[in-house]
Amino acid sequence: MTDFEPVIGLEVHVELRTRSKMFCGCSADFGAPPNTHVCPVCLGLPGALPVVNRQAVVYAMRAALALHGEVAEETRFDRKNYHYPDLPKGYQISQYQHPISTGGHLDVHRPDGSVLPVRIRRLHMEEDTGKSLHEGVPAGQSGVDFNRCGVPLIEIVMEADVHSPEDARLTLQTLRTIILYTGVSDVRMEEGSLRCDANVSLRPAGTTAFGTLVEVKNMNSFRSVQRALEYEVRRQTAALEAGERIARETRHWDERRGITFSSRSKEEADDYRYFPEPDLGALRIERAWAAAVSATLPELPEVRHGRYVAAGLTAYDAGVLVEDPPLGDYFDRVSGVAARTACSWVTVELLGRLNARGESIGDTRVSPEWLADLVRLVEAGTISAKQGKDVLDVMVAEGGAPEAIVRARGLTQISDEGALSGTVREVLAANAAVVSDFRAGKDKAFGFLVGQVMKATRGQANPALVNSLLRKELES
Amino acid sequence: MSQPQLWEMPLHALHRLLASGAARAEEVCAAFWDRAAEQDPHLHAFLSVRPREEVLAEAAAVDRARAAGTALGPLAGLPVALKDNLSTAGWETTCASRILRGYRPPYDATVVSRLRQAGAIFLGKTNLDEFAMGSSTEHSAFGPTRNPWDLGRVPGGSSGGSAAAVAAGLCPAALGSDTGGSIRQPAALCGVVGLKPTYGRVSRYGLVAFASSLDQIGPFALDVADVATLLGAIAGPDPSDATSARVAVPDYSEALQSDLSGLRIGAPRELFGEGVDEDVRASVAAAIDLLGELGASVGECSLPHVGYSLDVYYVIAPAEASSNLARYDGVRYGPRAAGDDYVSQFAATRGEGFGAEVRRRIMLGTYALSAGYYDAYYDRAQRVRTLIRRDFAEAFERFDALVAPTSPTVAFPLGSRVEDPLAMYASDICSVPANLAGLPALSVPCGLSNGLPVGLQIIGPAFGEMTILRVGAAFEQASDFQGKRPPMAVLGG
Repeated sequence: MTDFEPVIGLEVHVELRTRSKMFCGCSADFGAPPNTHVCPVCLGLPGALPVVNRQAVVYAMRAALALHGEVAEETRFDRKNYHYPDLPKGYQISQYQHPISTGGHLDVHRPDGSVLPVRIRRLHMEEDTGKSLHEGVPAGQSGVDFNRCGVPLIEIVMEADVHSPEDARLTLQTLRTIILYTGVSDVRMEEGSLRCDANVSLRPAGTTAFGTLVEVKNMNSFRSVQRALEYEVRRQTAALEAGERIARETRHWDERRGITFSSRSKEEADDYRYFPEPDLGALRIERAWAAAVSATLPELPEVRHGRYVAAGLTAYDAGVLVEDPPLGDYFDRVSGVAARTACSWVTVELLGRLNARGESIGDTRVSPEWLADLVRLVEAGTISAKQGKDVLDVMVAEGGAPEAIVRARGLTQISDEGALSGTVREVLAANAAVVSDFRAGKDKAFGFLVGQVMKATRGQANPALVNSLLRKELES
Repeated sequence: MSQPQLWEMPLHALHRLLASGAARAEEVCAAFWDRAAEQDPHLHAFLSVRPREEVLAEAAAVDRARAAGTALGPLAGLPVALKDNLSTAGWETTCASRILRGYRPPYDATVVSRLRQAGAIFLGKTNLDEFAMGSSTEHSAFGPTRNPWDLGRVPGGSSGGSAAAVAAGLCPAALGSDTGGSIRQPAALCGVVGLKPTYGRVSRYGLVAFASSLDQIGPFALDVADVATLLGAIAGPDPSDATSARVAVPDYSEALQSDLSGLRIGAPRELFGEGVDEDVRASVAAAIDLLGELGASVGECSLPHVGYSLDVYYVIAPAEASSNLARYDGVRYGPRAAGDDYVSQFAATRGEGFGAEVRRRIMLGTYALSAGYYDAYYDRAQRVRTLIRRDFAEAFERFDALVAPTSPTVAFPLGSRVEDPLAMYASDICSVPANLAGLPALSVPCGLSNGLPVGLQIIGPAFGEMTILRVGAAFEQASDFQGKRPPMAVLGG
């Protein structure tokens, strides 16, 4: 039996979070009542003309540069002609022959530590369509909400460098993180600000020719991307093994049933009758402008990842911090303590507590500076790790600086040898039988004695010091 | 000679009367409104005329403002007509198409706002070939406009309503749009002055698009001075039109001189060739001689690729039109035909809503843009367009302006070309090149042939409106056409 290798190419649409739409001054915000963010331009009224939103161009450049694309010196818009009720002009203003950026790549870090490079073919700007409404309108009718119509999008077309559904999901997640860093979109798949179509074909392993492409649409989460592609690979494998021909078509992912179904035959190629948009001139992008935009890019995820690993974090921990920029930013401000220690306090202790309370890193009462103070108190032995966690409980629930909490609750660890040795001697005197057991070789007896000292000091004794004092006394 | 009627007077004369207090805007507007009410049934220049009381109330407000000493715009209190493909807020804008019947735009075109700003009072909206596609105004869904010089003939097109209205004294000025000659050709056929400005000189925002890379709005008036005033009022950059040029607007009235000495004028031989009537050629040749007498040095020149203009135009214009007209689906505005689903409803709405010429051009354009044909048609046409542009650029290294006939013939009889699209398309043979090259071009009357006006076309380099207005003004003053109006008997007036 032949082994088949999946060949997967992703096409991703990202909605840009500009204040106004791509070609008019209407607000690009979500969630307003239908058809309230509209004007003659985005409604495609006769005679209205588009004007390019400069912010959208800057955002597209930011995304392109973050993906190592080459920003064109001159870019143009084209009309993509097709009819649909949610497309009021009968064409979408897009870019065909001269996209704003070509080339580029991203590196996908797999959980096993290996890296998959994925090349980017092109990145172009276009406008979003309206949204058909089938609910909240009289039966038998449909409505259209044009609020989304004209919201700026970028489309990122990747080369078919991905060969497994899991890698496809990871690629998309990596892309999402990069876009998130550029700040040009909130890239939420569930809300449609990140949309992914996948072209999937199979070929006998070891061969290089491409099989028949199937386009898969309607995948609304990272998980559904992986599931849909797994289904599609199984379906195509079974078909090929049964000697069937794969039809060139578009298939929709049905999340509930867990299958893809054919939605449109593509045996005849789409004809969008692209031609240069005569209402918009060519857009020249001076090199100085591109350089200025590039200079405003923040540290990118792969650079940050490298920095964390170099600081001693595991690839996994680095990944956790990189994928969540506010968490990473928080971590970066927990300064003056060892990276590994800080990471564990941030990602395990603090995040665990915040999650339990339904809070996020962005609205916690615990400032990173205070958390650093807390870690230092523990590291210096002023309080025990256990006490540190108790203090953190208070900080999370009530706020406040760790020193103040330690002072107010009398939590300071007793690390004074003179003060502790008296207590140690008292405990030994009161537990003569246990001391004999220890001397008779019962190691467990030592733990009991430590517990007694801690109890007598209401947990404030420095456990390490208690250990050494006890041993000294017992061995003398 | 008796004192002329108000409706016979050009804008600048009316302006003088108003400024001196010899007449009130209310009287002026009433004179034109009444003239239109009396004569338009013969002409059908207007698709809609505003209610008399509304027009007069606006005029009276201008009179009061003037009496109060308020500073007024250059067109204050003067009536102007608008081609019905210019968007007017709350006022039906049909493009002479059934598909836009009842459509009231929620906004004004930039030129409409600018004219309003200048104090103009809108009288009505004028007839046109449906979506400005045609050269005779016979393709209006609401019936043709007639030529005031001969009611059995066409006024030209597509801005035939504007040209006829100005020629017949139904209004002293009007705006039109020119994609392949739609201002200049009707101006020539109706014996008035019409200007197509440089592409980008006037904002297209609110002009219902036919072919976006060729469309340009421009004025009609009785003389060059008035055209200069109107251009000054509507020209200039507009942030709502990305193709409007950031070029300062000069004072066009400075162009109005009577002397042409030092000016080099070229006559491209290709624009005097096949298809140009002998009478027209003779009339234009005489006009060129007159330019020489006025001090210009006149020479022949060549635009080698201009012979391909019609072929190029009838690929590019329909291609852009097929896309521009895709939006008329009956979903958001205009009449909607019945249908079982979106596609059948869409097909029925467009089948019923568009006339034959519009459907023909949509099909032509769709074909030219289709996969497998794009390179052979649209792309090739664009490349030839570049060559035509280059021809003009080279000619303007040697000449300050070029002259040619505006139209190859005088006004033709109604119905004579409507069944023969190619004969109709040939009407644009002299005017299309300026659109392809984006250049300004003026048509001024230069004589009569068997009682029908002939137009002289003056083409300038990009943003060379000053030069062509200067040539036009000097010619007009020296020409014996000056003051000729359609014979009143024909209008039954």
